[in-house]
This record gives sequence, C-alpha cells and structure tokens, in this order.
Amino acid sequence: MSKKLRAAIIGPGNIGTDLLMKMCRSQWIEPVWMVGVDPESEGLKRAREMGIKTTAGGVDGLLPHVLDDDIRIAFDATSAYVHAENSRKLNELGVIMIDLTPAAIGPYCVPPVNLKEHASSLAMNVNMVTCGGQATIPMVAAVSRVQPVSYGEIVATVSSGSVGPGTRQNIDEFTRTTAGAVEKIGGARRGKAIIVINPAEPPLMMRDTIHCLTDDEPNQDAIRTSVLEMVREVQRYVPGYKLINGPVFDGRKVSIFIEVEGLGDFLPKSAGNLDIMTAAGLRTAEMFAEEAHKGTLQLPVR
Amino acid sequence: MNLQGKSVRLHDMSLRDGMHAKQHQISIEQMVSVATGLDAAGVPLIEITHGDGLGGASLNYGFPAHSDEEYFCAVIPQMKQAKVSALLLPGIGTLDHLKMAHEHGVSTIRVATHCTEADVSGQHIGMSAKMGLDTVGFLMMAHMVSPEKLLEQARLMESYGANCIYCTDSAGYMLPDEVTQKIGALRAGLNAGTEVGFHGHHNMGMAIANSLAAIEAGAARIDGSVAGLGAGAGNTPLEVFVAVLERMGVNSGVDLYKIMDVAEDLVVPMMDQPIRLDRDALTLGYAGVYSSFLLFAKRAEQKYGIAARELLVELGRRGTVGGQEDMIEDLALTLSRARGVLPT
Repeated sequence: MSKKLRAAIIGPGNIGTDLLMKMCRSQWIEPVWMVGVDPESEGLKRAREMGIKTTAGGVDGLLPHVLDDDIRIAFDATSAYVHAENSRKLNELGVIMIDLTPAAIGPYCVPPVNLKEHASSLAMNVNMVTCGGQATIPMVAAVSRVQPVSYGEIVATVSSGSVGPGTRQNIDEFTRTTAGAVEKIGGARRGKAIIVINPAEPPLMMRDTIHCLTDDEPNQDAIRTSVLEMVREVQRYVPGYKLINGPVFDGRKVSIFIEVEGLGDFLPKSAGNLDIMTAAGLRTAEMFAEEAHKGTLQLPVR
Repeated sequence: MNLQGKSVRLHDMSLRDGMHAKQHQISIEQMVSVATGLDAAGVPLIEITHGDGLGGASLNYGFPAHSDEEYFCAVIPQMKQAKVSALLLPGIGTLDHLKMAHEHGVSTIRVATHCTEADVSGQHIGMSAKMGLDTVGFLMMAHMVSPEKLLEQARLMESYGANCIYCTDSAGYMLPDEVTQKIGALRAGLNAGTEVGFHGHHNMGMAIANSLAAIEAGAARIDGSVAGLGAGAGNTPLEVFVAVLERMGVNSGVDLYKIMDVAEDLVVPMMDQPIRLDRDALTLGYAGVYSSFLLFAKRAEQKYGIAARELLVELGRRGTVGGQEDMIEDLALTLSRARGVLPT
C-alpha cells in the first residue's frame, strides 16, 4: 500500500489549480479528483489534461467515488458559503477536510505553530485562517513563546490582482478571522488585523508587518533568535518567505517586516499571499499523511 | 471664473484629517471647543474620527488620545446645527465600527478606498445606505488614474448605494485642470441625484484653486479644514476658502469672521508644528505620496538618518498607497543598513 494519502480538490479556480500543481510534487499526497460546478471551466480542463479525474457535479458528483478511490483528504477552495455543507458530506465518509475558505468552522491551523496538535488529535476539519494570517501569525507566535504579548497587530499588503472577488465582497471577514487567529494561535491577548490592497504594476510582492507589544521589556536576543528560527520553519514549505527588516525594538514594541514571494506555480510570484495558503494547506495534509504512516494517527476505519 | 450664485456645502476636516497632524492626540476639550466653534460659525458638516478612520487606532497608524466613541459622545450632543461625519476605510474599519458610529448619532458615513479598489466598499456603503445615513464614497489618491477609470470606480460605489462620490486628492498632487477633468467626468457620468465632492491637500499650493475648479465643474461638496489643520501641508484652509467664496458670490452659509476666529483663537494655538508647505510636504505633492506619510517620514529621518524627502520620493516611485505607513520605517531601515548607518 502506498504511503500517500489520496486527495480531492474542490474548486478548480486559481487556488485549486495552484494547489494541484504543488500536490503533483508531493511525497505524501496524491491528487485524484478535481471538483467543480461548471463543465466548461478552464480549471477542470487543466486538471483533466494533468490526468486528474474531474466532476462538474460539485461535491455530490464526488461522493459516489470517495470510497472506491479511497479519498482521505479534501481541500475546499470554494467559498465560505458552501463550505459547511461540503465538509459535512465528506466528513461523514471519513474524509479529512482542509478548509481554505474563511468559513472557519474547524480549528485554525498555522502549520509551524500548531499543526502538530491537530495531527495528533485528528481534527476532521481544519481551517487555514487567511493569507495574512498564514504570513504573520508565525511571527506573533515567535514573540509570544518568548514572553507574554498583550497586543499583536498585523498589516498585510497585497497586490490588487491577487485579491479575488470573494475577499473583496467581504473584506471584514478577513480582518475579523485574522485578528481572531492572532489571538488564538499567535498567542496575543488582543489581536488586530489590517489589509491594504495596492494596484501598482508590476504587482508588488506580498508584504506583512507584524507589531507586538510585550508586557515587560522585550528580551531582544531571545526574540531575535526565536524569530529567525520561525522564519526557517515557514521557509520549509514557503521558500520565498523572507525577513526583510527587524525585529526592531522601540520600548515594549517589537516590529517585524516580512516579504512573501510565491513559487510561481500557477499564480504569479507576486501572489505570495495565495501561495502561502496553498502551501500551508498542503503542508497540513502532508503532516496528517506522515503521522498516519508512522501509526501515530489512526485514520477513520473503512 | 464665474461662480456667482452657486451654493456649496463645506465639510470640515480639522478634527479627522487634523488628527494626522496632531498624531491623533487631540484632547476631548479641544475636540468640543473646535466643533462648537465650527457649529456656531455655520459649518454644516464636521468629520470626527481617528485620522485613518474608524478602527484606525493601531500601532501602525498611532493610538489616539481617546477612542472614536469617546469623541462622538463628547461632541455630538453639543451640536446645534452641524452634523457629524465619520470616515471608514474597509480593511481597517469594519461594519461593527459603522454600527457604533450610527448608534452615537453620526449622520454621514464616508467609505474610503484607493481609487482603483472601490469593490471592497460594497458591504460598508450598502449597510450605511440601508441605515438611511448620508453615504459618501471617497476615492483616494485620485491623481493615480484617468478620469474614465475614476468614473468607473465611482459608478461601483454609486451602485452600492452611495449618494455622493468624492474625488480625493490625498497626495495634494493635482493641478486645477486635472480637477476640472475629473470632477467634470464624475458630474457627467453619475446619476443626476448623486452629489460630487472634492477633497484637497495644499502640498502644491493648489488647495483653494483646485476647490474652485471643482465647484465650477459641478462639485456640490468641498472639504476643507479650519486653519488648514490636516495631513501634509494641510487641507484647503476653510476660513480662507470662505473669504474667497464670499468675494466670488458663492453661498456657503458659513460666517467668515466667526470661522476666522476659530482658526486663529482655537486651532492655531493647538498645532504641534506650523501647518505649512515645507520641503517634505512639497515633496508629497510633487511625488504624489499620501499626505499622512509626512510625519512618519520625518520621524524615520530622525531615527535612521535617511532624509524624509528621499524616503517619500522612493515611496512615490514604488506606487505606495494610503495605509502603507509601515513601509516608511521598512524603507528607512533598509537604506540605513545599506549605508552602514545601522549594523547589518
């Protein structure tokens, strides 16, 4: 039996296609199905050309094949509105759901911070927060694991072309979800998130600024070491994650300046914000596969 | 230019855009005294919010002396005729802030986006309009796009429910001809019932001239700030503009001597620095940079030894937009290290 877990991607748009291209290189996850709703969609066509089974019947079109094809993991790259229903149907068949939408019905997952917890407890639905969250929460956590952080604030600046209509129609969802995860996963007692969209051409790389207020005088050496370690952790799955400046200290304020360059698989390199989501989602699934292979995680019985 | 017989609604910015110039530290007493003075002078609309709008309180933009809620509670009950507006930038402020402002008696909501990103304002404009508030779409850094593009974005905001659309010269970059074209395009292309407004900065010394050009091209609302208190070289100085309007026979309903006194007796004494067109403010206008970057760049110069002018020119070259204040310190750090001022 192959050690790879077999997977389906729901949503053949930019995110789904980028995810598929990354998954084709994975040692742990094998892409089997691409699920869409429009038979004419470019995304389904591309997936077929790559030898992937496709259905335009939505998740219902996938359900009859889940057991035969031994689908163990599904990635939802659709929208928050339909995610809950997709997740319920697939969970019933024992499929673990990786949620790339802002629905956040399952616990937040930021791989270098809390993936191990999820892998050991077999969460059947994990949410990947937001692109801004994936890029910044590791840094908040890098400070808060050194000493208590009373307030964490993140500013994510993304290129105009990399922000899809879903995010634009509900930008409050980005700020709310990200701020919540800065608290829950980042470890700040209070979190705030800001997003800025920049239309410059050529498009700018995703930039993220992280400010933390520590309770006491910051331990500069320990924070610097912790931040550098955490940057290396993120670079394991997002090689273009770079510390541009900082940590800079000003009283109890710690500031960190990050740039995220994507791999340029399907999305342009400037869309590091989308890339970090697909990379984090895949990394999460790979961890489940590794743990299942080691026997530390029992997949649902079939 | 003949504007004889026209009417215009003036909107004071000193207690919102002026928050930038005061690093958001205006006291409750100052807020109340300036707002009361403006109310007595007949200014119909006064904006009160953190400089970066509702929810702007942050490490990135600065924590204010008091919350927006505290300012609303102190000022709004004192107003005899003036209405109070609040600014909201989607991505910074949320619907929760909007509801809070509404509950405290704010009657105008201005939803601001970069001039190409109007489609992030749908939920905020929609809710404000649904609440029955005077709802304004505020297209910032409008010098960066063509009149056609500006109109396209304005129409989006109009379709979400805005009853007034602003051409906002956030960088103080525009010259009068550009204002004429852009306000003209909005006036011609929007529904007749939708008002058009202009918000200027004085970074090229054009705030009064631009505001007049806007009225001539069909703007019904003009932003200004008593004593010019605002980001960069300040906004259109309202007392000066009122005097000019009087000479030109334009009706604003504002009492000239009273607003002159508010400027001189209340606002000038509370300035931390003279609001003037110094070389850095001029650089904002010349390079087309968001006006609230000014004090951040000056502080970065002090801290990292890189001239504010150099920082601002480079940020302009990179196409930086409103809200990217974090990039000022980032750039100063990068340049400072490259030059050996800071250890690498």
